[in-house]
Amino acid sequence: MEVAEVEAEVEKKATATRSRLIVRLAALLVSYSTLVSVVCCLAGLIALLVLPLLAKNTYISENALLPGSANPVLSYQHVTQANNLILDIMNIADDKEAPDIEIPKLIAKYMEILGAETYHHKFSQPQNQFHPLYFFSTSPNSPPTLANLSYGTSTVGIIRAPRGDGKEAIVLVSPYNTQNAGGIDASASSIGLAFSVFSLLSRATWLAKDIIWVASDSRFGDHTSVSAWLNDYHNPNFIGDASSNRIFKRAGTMACGIVFKVVEKERREKYEDRDVVTMYAEASNGQMPNLDLLNVVHYLAVHRQGIRVRIGMFGGLVKSHLVRVLGEVMQQVGRFARSLNPDWRFEMPSSEYVEGTATLASSIYSQALGVPTGPHGAFRDYQVDAVTLELSPRFSLKNEHTRLAFLLKGGRLIEGTVRSVNNLLEKFHQSFFLYFLTAPNKFVSVGVYMIPFAFLVAPLPIIAASLFNLTSNRNPWRWLHTAKPLLITHTWSVVVTLLPFYISKISDLPSTHCMLTWAGGSLMALVILYIVFGSPYSKHVEWRLLKAVMIASVSIGLCLMSIINFATAQIGALFVVPMCLFALPIRVKTNNSLIRSMVMTCNLVMAVLGFPVTAVALMQGVIKGFGTVSILEFWDSMKFLWGWNSATYLYLVLVHLPCWLLFLHILFHPCR
Amino acid sequence: MGLFKSVNQLGAWGHFKILGPIIIYASVLSVFPLGSSLWFLDGERFTSGPLTGGGVMASHTFLSLLLFYLYSFHLLRPIYCSFGSNGFETTSVPKEEEFSEELLLKPLPDYKVLAHFHFTSISPPSSSNGKHHHLFPKSIAQLVKKYKIRELELSFTQGRWNYDRWGASDPLSTANGKPPGVELWALFDIPTKEEIDATWRNLTHSLSGLFCASINFLESSTSYSAPLWGFLPNNGDLRYGALPREAVCTENLTPWLKLLPCRDKAGIASLLDRPSIYRGHYHSQRLKLRSDGLNGIVIEQTLSVVLQPIDRTSWSMHQLFKKSLTGKCALAKSSKVFLEIERSLVSQNENILELVGEADMVTNDQRDHSTIYQYNVERYSEHEALDIRVNWKKLLQVSFLQAPLHASRFLMGSGNERGSIAISLQSARNSTKGLYDNSKNCFTRVVILQVVPWYVKVYYHTLRIYVDGAIRDAKDVVEKINVTPSEDKVSPGTLEMMLQFPCGMMSAALILDFDKGFLHIDEYPPDANQGFDIPSALVSFPDFISRRIYPDSISSPLLQSYKGRNIVKSYTEVLLVPLTTPDFSMPYNVITFTCTVLALYFGSMVNVLRRRVSEEERLAKSKDKRKPGLIPLLISKISNKVRGIKEDSANQSQSSEPILGPKVVFKVVLIALIAVLGHYFFNSS
Repeated sequence: MEVAEVEAEVEKKATATRSRLIVRLAALLVSYSTLVSVVCCLAGLIALLVLPLLAKNTYISENALLPGSANPVLSYQHVTQANNLILDIMNIADDKEAPDIEIPKLIAKYMEILGAETYHHKFSQPQNQFHPLYFFSTSPNSPPTLANLSYGTSTVGIIRAPRGDGKEAIVLVSPYNTQNAGGIDASASSIGLAFSVFSLLSRATWLAKDIIWVASDSRFGDHTSVSAWLNDYHNPNFIGDASSNRIFKRAGTMACGIVFKVVEKERREKYEDRDVVTMYAEASNGQMPNLDLLNVVHYLAVHRQGIRVRIGMFGGLVKSHLVRVLGEVMQQVGRFARSLNPDWRFEMPSSEYVEGTATLASSIYSQALGVPTGPHGAFRDYQVDAVTLELSPRFSLKNEHTRLAFLLKGGRLIEGTVRSVNNLLEKFHQSFFLYFLTAPNKFVSVGVYMIPFAFLVAPLPIIAASLFNLTSNRNPWRWLHTAKPLLITHTWSVVVTLLPFYISKISDLPSTHCMLTWAGGSLMALVILYIVFGSPYSKHVEWRLLKAVMIASVSIGLCLMSIINFATAQIGALFVVPMCLFALPIRVKTNNSLIRSMVMTCNLVMAVLGFPVTAVALMQGVIKGFGTVSILEFWDSMKFLWGWNSATYLYLVLVHLPCWLLFLHILFHPCR
Repeated sequence: MGLFKSVNQLGAWGHFKILGPIIIYASVLSVFPLGSSLWFLDGERFTSGPLTGGGVMASHTFLSLLLFYLYSFHLLRPIYCSFGSNGFETTSVPKEEEFSEELLLKPLPDYKVLAHFHFTSISPPSSSNGKHHHLFPKSIAQLVKKYKIRELELSFTQGRWNYDRWGASDPLSTANGKPPGVELWALFDIPTKEEIDATWRNLTHSLSGLFCASINFLESSTSYSAPLWGFLPNNGDLRYGALPREAVCTENLTPWLKLLPCRDKAGIASLLDRPSIYRGHYHSQRLKLRSDGLNGIVIEQTLSVVLQPIDRTSWSMHQLFKKSLTGKCALAKSSKVFLEIERSLVSQNENILELVGEADMVTNDQRDHSTIYQYNVERYSEHEALDIRVNWKKLLQVSFLQAPLHASRFLMGSGNERGSIAISLQSARNSTKGLYDNSKNCFTRVVILQVVPWYVKVYYHTLRIYVDGAIRDAKDVVEKINVTPSEDKVSPGTLEMMLQFPCGMMSAALILDFDKGFLHIDEYPPDANQGFDIPSALVSFPDFISRRIYPDSISSPLLQSYKGRNIVKSYTEVLLVPLTTPDFSMPYNVITFTCTVLALYFGSMVNVLRRRVSEEERLAKSKDKRKPGLIPLLISKISNKVRGIKEDSANQSQSSEPILGPKVVFKVVLIALIAVLGHYFFNSS
């Protein structure tokens, strides 16, 4: 607007006064808006594709961590003790009537032998109630009703550091599941692994922080038990039955959480020559633990224990031809650049590029979804750095020898990590919190990955300004006329956001019915809003003005979202920015019919793909394969998002949906 | 032979006795603060003493004084040597000043051993020698005199006293349980508050130099408080401060040992093998002194260590300390080793413990809570060292006497904005009734003292009290409360509370909400990202007295102190509050951003102030007649073009090339090509 006013002034005085340089530059950009937007969008896309090339090797930033500086002392003695526990658990699981009562008792007994303070933590399955008003806070504090529900029992043991002051604690979590009969081997091994480390730490004289071991009963999922325990740790409920509070013991501020579980892969795609540990780090709303934590685990696993480290990757993308071709192109470009100047070393083998892209895509997707990838996400809600390690052995766990060897290796990895964190005087703060991973030891930091987004968003204000200038009305307050359709769409989107809260209160509706109710309710709300406010196409509403306002509101929405969850904004921009740039009414008259027909085709495609329901289906299709995707599953995926308090839901409904509706408004503008 | 040896060992002490007065006299002459001069006597303390303690002095005077002392020390050296070789008498210890050394060993239920060293020095009110002392450490006497101290306790602690397992209500654990780090409190004999504060500040500096610790951080008014009755009933002449983060090491032990007449060269203190005692699970070193007109000055120096024997089932003194006790300190009036066995360890099964070695005396206390085995060190020599050996015949889980309520404290909430402090009190199920005769009014009184630094802004009105799972009105529970709210950067907040709980209560919780404040950039410590400590709260139970009365046949200052009316009290954990911390590692970014913002601000400010719009318009009008500038012309063209208006014929007279005409583009591309090629060729050559 400012630009436009200055423009008008410039015109009025007609070369009389010199305006300021910055204004003149802005005017220059606005006048070449089409060129600028095309160049910026292309640059953004290219920058996004080049990200795997720009990834840097990770390094341990905090000197105090000193990973691997001490030799691991976990011995066969500890592991054989743990093996006894594993055998006991397996016996109980086979013989006893109620393994879910016996196993916590057994674990507690073993913990007490080590001299740990022990207690059981009971929790029930939380009702996945949608609270739109509690979105960014942790779940509201409602007194749990354990009486008539089935509940799980986690066993917690605390080792007090012999000479420590008890201000800080390191939390080890080993989820196990007794309900799943097939996985009892793996569950028992997880507990055995934790016990071997715990028994070592109970004799360690070097501890500066207390150690808490949570053997979490994951019958309602890994995350539930950990988050229930953390909630009771940080926000205990003093009203009502006080006996659970009486036994609950604490150990100071948490320095770090390490979740580890043993997973036995049923079918392996390819032969593994080593044990594998898979790291999961993404917590809710794209939050990541400090990179140093991942670095320590990676360093110890690879350089000390010889375990292969994996992180999440989209297998589909590795096989995709498009990505392979891109990889080849990147390799050629890199080679060419190197031939020009030997100092330009961004050449990368195409296979590495393909893997990097697949990993990066998975990293961006998991962050964008805003849903934690494991129990570590519960820690991040309390600003504690945590990581989930999934250890899968090379050989079967049924064999006792290989199991012992595997426990020894895994135990030493965890021992080393605990020792490093124990060395820390301050909490993790040296290394990055905002990053994407392209390999277990490669990352793209915030300074680099912001560039594609900046390129994508930059043309939006310029286009808005130029469109504003092109309108025939010369009143500087002319945009106010378009405020009405904008208000209607945004009011509608708020109604759509809140509707599921009321729908979910009606119990026992199948998800298709819910979806239909939601859609119907939304449509009805839209019709009512139109009746109340009148048609959006009044005579002052030019389509250019409408588009300018839509772009302005979308760019504000994207920028806000980029602060909350960058990855969501990044993926959202890929959908929304083309929609903003291409929007053109069907009835508009232009001279060049070829360009018009091309733009119209694009518009129609985008009108379909930009609809959040199809957009979500498309995203899931790309990732999981199109066979399984159904549009009616939208309700379930949304329920999933709000169940995890993911801001992606808010983005989809409050930013993306109004943008799409305004896009339709422009598309069907009468163009009087 | 033995006598000769002890004389040799006492050599250093002898030098102190003879040289001390001379040098201190010199220091008085040079108008030097007495308190910080004391440690110049020893060669090895020579530099570290004044460096830590002498912060009050200007540096140049300090240097000149240092030179003076070096010089005086040098001058006196011949005298020092001559006196050291022949002029020292060991036998005639004056009767007034007394020193006694004791060690109490106590097996703990988790197979650890508590070793409690207890050294007492007494100086009568008016020494016959005037300002001189024979056994009593002169530095302490001067401290008491200069700062008019009535009572003082300084403790250095590492680790936590495990109230659950090691006992909470016997006199030993009540006295031993100390908060981690340094705790200092003192009662002064000074009338006005301002003078007390000033004296406290000087005292912290003197102690800091004396004990090689950063006690001087307690000088700032933000770090100490003056509780009226929460800690000890007083008339406002008590000052209390704690430094939870102070690390404890041999550096603090050495000056503490130097207060003993035999140091660690002879007697019980010779057992203090540094690696052994610092390997322990709990280490608390204390100095407690009382002074009044009747009894003079009494110092109790205690060191409590909880050791883990290598072999859980049997241990001996030699195994624990890696040294053997071969005789008493020749200057000590009495030198005794006690072994205290709690009744709960013996009563269940008579022969769970087995003692090897014959005790000189065995007695039980009046209530039959424990048995004491006494060993007199005089009887032992180098040929026959005292070595008490204890064998556990059977491993079992027992617990010692618990306090009526077990107190723990924790933080609630998360994030950098606000949180809550929760103090939870839970009854130790077995010990609320029966042990103490307190069932008449059936109320348990609890006194809580909580000192909170100012940057944790506690809202005292948010106090919520839950008793057995139900919220209770504060009026019903709080008997007496005294709140001193914190003042930003001036004083910490102090909360003293006396609560009354019904006897049958199982658990209670007190919640206080707080906001986290912001610190100024230079108030952050070097390790700011660790978080900030809230010192331990003190929970005491005024109705519960911990005392053990032993028959008078044992004359021992340690067991005498057991008889006193000690209130049962326990300290809670230290809390770590993470505060918002600026990113100190990015000064460059901060500077750049700040400078940019400042530059933009000043630029536009100057522009606005300098410009005169009307004059500019007048100027522009006069310029109108001349040729307009190139860029405005271009802009007008561009704007015309943007609006799709064809160029007016009026402008055609001054027609110019469009800014991105084909020629310009061609030129730009050409120049870029030349540059790229040039760069390529230069680099390849």
